[in-house]
Amino acid sequence: MTARIGVVTFPGSLDDRDTQRAIRLAGAEPVALWHKDKDLRQVDAVVLPGGFSYGDYLRAGAISRFSPVMDTVIEQAKAGLPVLGICNGFQVLTEAHLLPGAMLGNDHLHFICRDQKLRVENAETAWTGDYRRGQEIHIPLKNMDGRYVADPYTLDKLEAEGRVVFRYVDFNPNGSLNDIAGVTNEAGNVVGLMPHPEHAVEPLIGSGRTDGLPFFTSILKKLVNA
Amino acid sequence: MARVVVDVMLKPEILDPQGQAVQRALPRLGFEGISDVRQGKRFELEVDGPVDEAALARIHDLAESFLANTVIEDFTVKVEEGAEVEEAAK
Repeated sequence: MTARIGVVTFPGSLDDRDTQRAIRLAGAEPVALWHKDKDLRQVDAVVLPGGFSYGDYLRAGAISRFSPVMDTVIEQAKAGLPVLGICNGFQVLTEAHLLPGAMLGNDHLHFICRDQKLRVENAETAWTGDYRRGQEIHIPLKNMDGRYVADPYTLDKLEAEGRVVFRYVDFNPNGSLNDIAGVTNEAGNVVGLMPHPEHAVEPLIGSGRTDGLPFFTSILKKLVNA
Repeated sequence: MARVVVDVMLKPEILDPQGQAVQRALPRLGFEGISDVRQGKRFELEVDGPVDEAALARIHDLAESFLANTVIEDFTVKVEEGAEVEEAAK
């Protein structure tokens, strides 16, 4: 039996299909979830994909956070359900206060789309077990609102507790504080990051690297061995 | 009907590149002497029924949980004086 991993589609989600594909390539079973549906169909983990849910109106992720599916995601994430938020999904997780801090517009005010070098800072979360701490990977980054901010107390706490999961290397593409590209919650089951691992899972596509695949194999191993 | 205005601003310590871009454009447009611009959001809520303490408390909750993200933003809630008079005059 393999793991069932849900992917939520919001109005304006863009990368839900790519995420489902990445899950399938990793050997797990993707399950489509719908924003209006409170039912998570008994999945073992959930991915909130990238895109511009609800047009990013008000703030990126602000309206999605109140969708029916998120009521259940928030409740179950607090009980330990593994949840990964990619890009817009990360924004939804900060708006839902499942992850600390907030996302704001890139400091240079431009949309950005590039292959981004990252350093894995925490290989102990539910989603990063197949990486090594200190490993450098290349993952596509594409966003408007990628600037991670948090108050100094929260930043210090995140750093002290090893909850910065990924950091931008060589170049800070959006003005994120402490070069933060991704963070986790205290329990390590909820992870959010701006770059898109689901776009780096096949040698044929993009940079030719498959540096994103370990996200999906990490969670599969975690669930199957549980 | 009465109008309640919720103003939302980024907290002072949060960088506001949009405001900076506006500020930098000012000299080119002939506006001198403006050293800083910060850009915010204004929500005008048309409220059915009286704007009593209970209604204002509900709007405060709405602003705190939804209109503003208090991790990065501050907000104020104001009843717009004269809104009812304006309505009557139309």
